[in-house]
Amino acid sequence: MSSEMAHAATEVAHEAAHTSGEYIKHHLQNLTYGQLPDGSWGIAHSAAEAKAMGFWALNLDTFFMSLLLGGIIMFLFRRVATTIVTGAPGGLQNFCEWAIEFVDSSVRGSFTAKNNMVAPLALTIFFWVFMMNLMDLIPIDWVPLLMSSLGVPFFKVVPSTDPNATFGMAIGVFMLVVYYSVKMKGFGGFMGELTLQPFGKWGMPVNFLLEGVNLIAKPISLALRLFGNMYAGEMIFILIALMGGAWAGFSLGGVTLFGSQILLSLGWAIFHILIVTLQAFIFMTLTVVYMDMAHQEHH
Amino acid sequence: MNINATLLAQLIMFALFVWFCMKFVWTPIVAALDERKKQIADGLADAERAKQDLELASRRSAEILREAKEKAGEIIGNSEKRASEIVEESKTQAKVEGERIIAGAKAEIDQEVFRAKEQLRTQVSSIALAGAGKILGREIDAKAHSDLLDKLVAEI
Repeated sequence: MSSEMAHAATEVAHEAAHTSGEYIKHHLQNLTYGQLPDGSWGIAHSAAEAKAMGFWALNLDTFFMSLLLGGIIMFLFRRVATTIVTGAPGGLQNFCEWAIEFVDSSVRGSFTAKNNMVAPLALTIFFWVFMMNLMDLIPIDWVPLLMSSLGVPFFKVVPSTDPNATFGMAIGVFMLVVYYSVKMKGFGGFMGELTLQPFGKWGMPVNFLLEGVNLIAKPISLALRLFGNMYAGEMIFILIALMGGAWAGFSLGGVTLFGSQILLSLGWAIFHILIVTLQAFIFMTLTVVYMDMAHQEHH
Repeated sequence: MNINATLLAQLIMFALFVWFCMKFVWTPIVAALDERKKQIADGLADAERAKQDLELASRRSAEILREAKEKAGEIIGNSEKRASEIVEESKTQAKVEGERIIAGAKAEIDQEVFRAKEQLRTQVSSIALAGAGKILGREIDAKAHSDLLDKLVAEI
């Protein structure tokens, strides 16, 4: 533990000496827990160490942030659910009712079959993803600085910039899609859908290839769209932050850079409010659409 | 940026959150919303029914009012008729009574006339007797000539 602390201290001490490349890399590195090269288990202190941990490692920052944010959402909704009144709703209840009705109408709009699971699924996705994306609006240096002062070398506060998080959710959706496809159409029906169209039974290999790509593309596009958007957004925040980092005394260039950092971060943050909401909405809507396709019979 | 077991952790968390949301969030809230929708719908239906009732009641009250007016008019008409009848009746009665009184008076007058005539006749006979007595210079025996006098009286 003491070696970790010392390491963190040197990190902080060297912060000022970081080059732009190191600064960016530092911001893009997850706090990974796994087996270190010497065989013991611990937190990786560099990107190479984290990479060497292989699959059986856990990104603690992603894990705790998504757990915390999902927990907050579920706690708020649960509190409303236990105290709900049918009379005039109060503030939080009003918000939750609006949320439920918004999700419900979205689901009704694109999901035609009957499944009690789809609407809660959509609600969870929308608000969880929204909260995870929203972390992007916290000034990018605050949480890593706070954490390194506590001895934690890295901390990525936006879980949706970690492909593990987005792929985890997308694979969850994919499993549901496959499960309901098989449940609704039977295994034969699902297989038939994969192999008997669009070219009939004589084009089976081609059909399987096309439909297989089509099927696999769903979770991949779902995960990569969210990841890509949030990652790129965060990258731009980092690049904007670098402008102020180039501060070197009261020169014309320094002041200009500092001023543009403030203006650009403000502009990008305001624009990002849209992206944050939009990406959560897209993830939710596509999930509902995929679930709808899983319930539809194709002939 | 490495794919690692975080993916599995996220998958499990996702499943748990969805399950929790489905079981403990969505169902009670949607139930409450449905309950409120029902209450509102019931309230609106009640209002609609009350409006209909009101309309019905006002229509009925108007009808009752109309009937009452009709009845009052009828009663007034009847009483007017009755009053004029009474007036008419009393008029005829008065006429009859008057006629009766006149007839009575006439009969009395006739009787008086008859009695006066009778009196006059007796007086005339006595005067005639007295005159005749004087003329004959002697007392006429009233008794002896009474049948003659009676005949005379009857002639007058």
